[in-house]
Amino acid sequence: MTIRKYLRERFFPHMWCPGCGHGTVLNALVRAIETMGMSRNEIVMVSGIGCSSRITGYVDVHTLHTLHGRALAFATGVKLSKPELNVIVPMGDGDALAIGGNHFIHAARRNIAITALVMNNRIYGMTGGQYSPLSGCDVMAATAPYSTIDPAFDVVALSVAAGATFVARCTTYHVKEMIDILRQAILHEGFSVVEILSQCPTYFGRANKLGDAAEMLRGLKEGTVPVGSEAKQKNPALIERGIFAQQEKPEYCAEYEKIMQRARAGRE
Amino acid sequence: MTRPKLKSFHLQREWCKGCGICVAFCPTSVLEMDSQGKATAVRLEACIACGMCMLRCPDLAITVETTDKEEKP
Ligand SMILES: Cc1ncc(C[n+]2csc(CCOP(=O)(O)OP(=O)(O)O)c2C)c(N)n1
Ligand code: SF4
Ligand code: SF4
Ligand code: SF4
Ligand SMILES: [Mg+2]
Repeated sequence: MTIRKYLRERFFPHMWCPGCGHGTVLNALVRAIETMGMSRNEIVMVSGIGCSSRITGYVDVHTLHTLHGRALAFATGVKLSKPELNVIVPMGDGDALAIGGNHFIHAARRNIAITALVMNNRIYGMTGGQYSPLSGCDVMAATAPYSTIDPAFDVVALSVAAGATFVARCTTYHVKEMIDILRQAILHEGFSVVEILSQCPTYFGRANKLGDAAEMLRGLKEGTVPVGSEAKQKNPALIERGIFAQQEKPEYCAEYEKIMQRARAGRE
Repeated sequence: MTRPKLKSFHLQREWCKGCGICVAFCPTSVLEMDSQGKATAVRLEACIACGMCMLRCPDLAITVETTDKEEKP
């Protein structure tokens, strides 16, 4: 199995619960990297804190495990100092859009060539099931025993508005789609966001009586449709998957290099 | 061109946490949970080598190898 070279097998079995979607994201990510034939040396993965962020411990590439919500800030530094490397930042929904929301919108605004993954299980898994800015209304959580009243961010719309130049959504059920989207996101020359709808059977699933992991995956299968499909018009509750934005705009590191050249020329 | 066929199926038991995802979605019911709560292939002859169990497994426990697409059965 060729993906094994990208794994730190000594840490397996991994720490995630049975049926946790984060494992399927790891699975798809290493396969996406493998299909591109990338060497381990050209990839840097930077994460913050959360069950999702533990993903950097299992991949045998350059990795940094940093602070809750601040992975994109660290990644920005890595990318600016070594623009030739591929920088991938896997984040949880809380990590990316609660505590890390400010870093998220500004990284998108700069269009820095980083691949941001939002592993969206709609809950704070690591700390025991508190609701997040992606939980949405009418869900049960440890901090919402009578259900939530906070609407969720639409990660896709938010990312597009903030300036991300590649924006996509996929799920842990549609794994072939996920591998293909991850590959395109990594290849994109600009800030790319991939929202991955994922399952936390332990907290979100249990609190909302959604059944086991397989049952939650059935929910993702039935609750989502390819972008632009007619089904969405008939049933607005369906969530669209696919690529929502893909465009070329000046990339931050390239612009920074131009400024450096201008500064050097000015000094001579 | 023929459909790729199954060359080998491997399930790493120590990595399997028994979530049941592979069992629930195998299109030809090849897999079952055993008495120790681990997935096991009980009808490999029915496997169509689609690889979906391998791709969905959250524990990366499954490896499905197929014959080359060009290869005659
Ligand atoms: C500065 C700071 N605040 C709070 C925490 C506690 N904390 C750890 S992980 C986490 C949220 C995890 O949720 P998410 O990012 O969605 O990841 P998941 O565990 O669901 O994958 C929080 C609040 C922390 N580690 N650091
Ligand atoms: S608590 Fe939830 S997110 Fe964390 S490992 Fe368990 S299932 Fe996954
Ligand atoms: S999907 Fe993987 S972890 Fe889950 S039961 Fe099957 S082999 Fe075991
Ligand atoms: S490869 Fe496909 S048919 Fe074979 S066991 Fe896996 S899911 Fe079932
Ligand atoms: Mg989460």
